[in-house]
Amino acid sequence: MNSWWLPPAISSEANGFDVQFVRTFVAASIIFVAAQCALMFIVWRYRRQERTASPDRNPANSRLEYLWTTATACLFLGLLLLGGRVWASVQFTPAPADSEVIEVLGKQFAWSFRYPGLDGRFGRTDIHKIDDAAGNPFGLDERDPFAQDDITSASLRIPLGRPVKLILTSRDVIHSFFVRELRIKQDLVPGMQIPVHFRAEVAGTYEVPCSELCGLGHFQMGTTVTVMPVADYERWKRGQAH
Amino acid sequence: MRRYLLTTDHKMVGLQYFWLSFVAVLIGISLSLLMRFHLINPSAKVGWFEMLWPTGASGGVMTPELYLSLMTMHGTIMVFFVLSITPQSAFGHYFLPLQIGARKMAFPLLSALSFWFTAFAFLVMVAAFFVHGGAPLSGWTAYPPLSSLGAITGPGEGVGQTLWICSIALFCIGATMGAVNFIATLLDLRQPGLRLMQLPLTCWNWLVTAFLSLLGFPVLFAACLLLLLDRTAGTSFFVPGNLVVSDRAIAHDGGSPLLWQHLFWFFGHPEVYIAILPGMGLISEIISTFARKPVFGYKVMVVATFAIGFLGLLVWGHHMFTSGMSPYSSIAFSVLSMTIGVPSATKTFNWLATLWGGQIEFTTAMLFALGFVSVFVTGGLSGIFVAQPVLDLYFHDTYFVVAHFHLIMGVAAVFGIFAGTFYWFPCMFGRVLNETLGRIHFFGTLVGVYALFGPMHIVGIAGNPRRYSDFSNFTFLSPLLPLHRFMTWAAFFTAAVQILFLVNVFWTLRRGPRANSDPWSAETLEWREVGALQ
Repeated sequence: MNSWWLPPAISSEANGFDVQFVRTFVAASIIFVAAQCALMFIVWRYRRQERTASPDRNPANSRLEYLWTTATACLFLGLLLLGGRVWASVQFTPAPADSEVIEVLGKQFAWSFRYPGLDGRFGRTDIHKIDDAAGNPFGLDERDPFAQDDITSASLRIPLGRPVKLILTSRDVIHSFFVRELRIKQDLVPGMQIPVHFRAEVAGTYEVPCSELCGLGHFQMGTTVTVMPVADYERWKRGQAH
Repeated sequence: MRRYLLTTDHKMVGLQYFWLSFVAVLIGISLSLLMRFHLINPSAKVGWFEMLWPTGASGGVMTPELYLSLMTMHGTIMVFFVLSITPQSAFGHYFLPLQIGARKMAFPLLSALSFWFTAFAFLVMVAAFFVHGGAPLSGWTAYPPLSSLGAITGPGEGVGQTLWICSIALFCIGATMGAVNFIATLLDLRQPGLRLMQLPLTCWNWLVTAFLSLLGFPVLFAACLLLLLDRTAGTSFFVPGNLVVSDRAIAHDGGSPLLWQHLFWFFGHPEVYIAILPGMGLISEIISTFARKPVFGYKVMVVATFAIGFLGLLVWGHHMFTSGMSPYSSIAFSVLSMTIGVPSATKTFNWLATLWGGQIEFTTAMLFALGFVSVFVTGGLSGIFVAQPVLDLYFHDTYFVVAHFHLIMGVAAVFGIFAGTFYWFPCMFGRVLNETLGRIHFFGTLVGVYALFGPMHIVGIAGNPRRYSDFSNFTFLSPLLPLHRFMTWAAFFTAAVQILFLVNVFWTLRRGPRANSDPWSAETLEWREVGALQ
């Protein structure tokens, strides 16, 4: 049954999401039950019976109108303020300077990830050098020394407990990067480089389903993100660099 | 025949729209059933699939691209050719002049033209199924670059997508004509002495809907034109540079995919209210008629209608929280989106207050009106999740959103259409639909849609992405399959119940009991006409 609900959260931002989700869920459930019961009760209570009634000609009650309009507004405002704080804490703060920076590239219908390698700088790319068959989806230009140690991977590996900054882009149509456990979804828009940052705090491997319609292979455009202890992560990176 | 085809009579135009949407909804429902069937049987071989779609289902197995084109056409047909035209163009053309005591629409020729543009648009849309590559697969939102680069991005993105764009542009022309006509008629042709604040709420809602159409459809028209230019004339409004599609470098440069999203949703969100507002007006009148009480808080209802319309023009960005738009704009759009919930809730309270103390009669029209209130509340509540950017980051493009908009825009509007059909059938056709069949139809439909869209929220919470033609590629999706199976059965059940409605309509048209001059003891002006029909 657990798989019929939110998966466990793996970052503090995701925990913030869960708190706001539960608040909203509780509010919505109470209103749902109250409104549906009120509707059923009123409809049953005032079903047509053999009695005469003299309905008001122009029923209106401005006190009631003010009351329920204000009550709804307050409830929504409250949720907004609480949710806005969670949003601001994630979106309005830049990624920490020591973040691990990784590029994410979407194409019909595969994911690619690029690490700057040991020199910490991304090399030059050129779309004319793109060659998926040769393992160069980014079009790395080997003549650039910074490009020579860039690591390209079809799945994402990130260090546990360290801030990570992803830079998302697409080379054809719009895709969307979604990790349920991180409660993060961000479109990959061609022509834009969109940053996303987070800090994963639970090791494991999580699925990444494409979440923006990108064509006939949309349903199979998946990869994984593996959160690994820092030492393992560094070892993996050194093994990949050449 | 000429009388039917070349008519400029507002009632006849209303009926033309009614039957056009009748055909459209049957196609739309059929497409959804095919999709639901495929989702739980992705590798099933069905002989007649191949007969219908020799390339899309060669060997009888539906391909992912065929699934996506069914999805695109289902959404487009339902949103444009059902939800936009039945409550507004069909009922509005027929009843707006009657309810304000006018003999005709302000521009009768424009009425006819608007219908024919719409009908032609429909033919162009359906034609997309029969061209090389089939219907487009980019969804009813047609996001570029998927929709702007031609067949290189997928089957259906060639001629099919071009036809889709032309059809929508034609539809926009018809809808804009209709909007001008409605506004002029309502403001100018009222019977002398009928003041604005005496109008039935239906009229107010048609008016606000017409304003939204007038402001929304021309923008969509312009966007379609730009998209067409991108596809055919080599412009780059929506296509940025340095793209590589299917190993080919694309020559476009300098455009922005987000520009389309802004233009599309500037129309697309008001569109939700274009679909739902006329239904709100209608059920307000129906609830008042069958509770035997005037509408509670009439003035507040009018103000709330305008508030919803006005705010509806300012919330389009909530469709774009994950698009890469500035997170600061997201906050603004979120505040406005939550604000729109306030007049919506006020309307709900007023409906309950109208019922309070009434003498409620459970006619089928009334049952559908009450069902409208129920699903409107349910669909509205999932809205407060997705209106918050922080939560939408998870729910965007999952089945949670599909459940949300189907309930609030689809089912609620359709309940409004059913309520209107049962209520006004005597007026339109001089006969009364069978009430017993109608009640069974109502309860079946109510149970069916909750069984269908209730579990859909759960698969959405589990993160199931929408627009997937197959759920076998991700391990987290397989435990959700039992729910999908249940939803598919619920969809087939709901569709089967609609057969009762078809039987009811066609039987009543031929054999049904004739209506007396005011079968519901309603007070609005259109019922004066029923006697004249007979």
